[in-house]
Amino acid sequence: MAISKEEVIHIAKLASLNLTEEEIERYSNDMTEILEFANEINSVNTDNVGETIAANEKYNVFRKDEIKQNVDKEALLQNAPSKDDGMFRIPKVIN
Amino acid sequence: MAREDYEIVMGLEVHCELSTKTKIFCSCPTEFGGEPNTHCCPICMAMPGTLPVLNEKVVEYAVKAGLATNCQIARKSKNDRKNYFYPDLPKAYQISQFDLPLCYEGYVDVETPEGEKRIGITRIHIEEDAGKLNHDEYGRGSFVDLNRAGVPLIEVVSEPDLRTKEEVEAYLRKLKSIFEYIEVSDCKMQEGSLRADVNVSVRKKGATEFGTRTEMKNMNSFRSIVRAIEYEANRQIDVIENGGVITQETLRWDDVSGKTFSMRDKEDAQDYRYFPDPDLVEIRLSEEYIENIKKSLPELPESRKKRYLEDMGLTEKAANFVTGSKYYSNMFEEASSVCGNAKSVSNWIMSDIARILNEREEEPDELKFSGKELGELVTLIDKGTISSAIAKKVLEEMFKNPEMPSKIIEAKGWIQISDEGAIKEVVAKVLEANPQSIADYKAGKDKALGFLVGQAMKETKGKANPQMLNKLFLEELNK
Repeated sequence: MAISKEEVIHIAKLASLNLTEEEIERYSNDMTEILEFANEINSVNTDNVGETIAANEKYNVFRKDEIKQNVDKEALLQNAPSKDDGMFRIPKVIN
Repeated sequence: MAREDYEIVMGLEVHCELSTKTKIFCSCPTEFGGEPNTHCCPICMAMPGTLPVLNEKVVEYAVKAGLATNCQIARKSKNDRKNYFYPDLPKAYQISQFDLPLCYEGYVDVETPEGEKRIGITRIHIEEDAGKLNHDEYGRGSFVDLNRAGVPLIEVVSEPDLRTKEEVEAYLRKLKSIFEYIEVSDCKMQEGSLRADVNVSVRKKGATEFGTRTEMKNMNSFRSIVRAIEYEANRQIDVIENGGVITQETLRWDDVSGKTFSMRDKEDAQDYRYFPDPDLVEIRLSEEYIENIKKSLPELPESRKKRYLEDMGLTEKAANFVTGSKYYSNMFEEASSVCGNAKSVSNWIMSDIARILNEREEEPDELKFSGKELGELVTLIDKGTISSAIAKKVLEEMFKNPEMPSKIIEAKGWIQISDEGAIKEVVAKVLEANPQSIADYKAGKDKALGFLVGQAMKETKGKANPQMLNKLFLEELNK
């Protein structure tokens, strides 16, 4: 199965990436190869294997519904490129 | 073709904030409001290296909601990432559920003008809420507050079973009422803890295929939803009647102009690239776990309604009205047990209490007095201590100042005059002042009696016992 240039362009758009012509060409080839590699797994016989829905064997790891709060607000915002009134300031969003 | 030749087909995605103490994947408080970014931590702010851990109450509440809406409960479930960019979504993905929601295949029955109708529920899944964007009028930018980011939500997806705006409203009110009864959400629409995406399409009556649908996002008042549906259905019919085609798109409803606007075009058709969240593990629910939650469910509105009809003698209309809100229903039960007059209590709730709330633009959850006070009010009327005219004034007072009615009456001097001697005096005085009415009555005009009673009421500022007044006037007039 090949990943077409159009698919690369679509995925790039979803990821907000601008790609050059050469990059589109290169990623199309790379992604096709990756898929082919991953496709090998389809050759494994799974007739007697139950459905796996998670990669981790653990299940039901829960937290109690108890408030714990000991984070300094200043610390949370210290790496913000721009801030104002205790909020992250970003370019104006319409809608 | 006319508008009547079309059928509107609607489905709802209802988002409901769960009333857990903490967020879905971290221990920050969910409390509404608060200074910006004070209910946050590195997890809900999506700092690199942090890991989510699921709040056990979120699963419990979602299962409760599922059981109360007749859903199947998944024995195996998981969380998936829904990927999209928006500044209110710090991780650039929302943790939600894709193919294995916690609850599926349920239904609720709603009252419609044509009788009861069953609305299918496709699924209920758990997910996290996004943050809030604030904009300022100076155009300096937008400001991100992440207090709400990570607050747990359930999304209830209905089947496209809804056909009229009345059905949509009835369905929403039903969900709201159920979630209030089972106490999984406070469902405060004014605070955004209950909001709906409405999918609307139209088709010619008798058609079997669905038309192309549009989606209106984040509607948070019954009034806007009803108006938006009306507008959007008519817009679609006009497009089709003029030979156009409906484009599948997301719309924004503007309450001020009363119109819908396109938010995203088709080219940007959403592709969320869902995949299982590798930071979270599988959820497995045992029969015992589900059984225990089932046992913990309180009595639901359907069952209360049945009891009100069969044991307490309410009419169908009254029983529907009272059970429509947990707050009304609890008040009704408490007041009825205080005064033993269920019928009168239901009448007070349906008429005066609902009317005053409406005038104040408040919801039943904002009532400041309880069934104890209402029960005493009804007792005072039944015992003849106050007339129902005075009771209405007492009720108005209870909205302003939630005291026991007996205290209000005492403070205001509103106790009904039932002393026969005192009333006789008033009757004599009124008759003396209105000889014409006496003549009218004797001439067969029964209305004159009403006028005389009214005058006596005026004279006593509404405090005279009306039955006694009637009796004494008749005695005098028929002498």
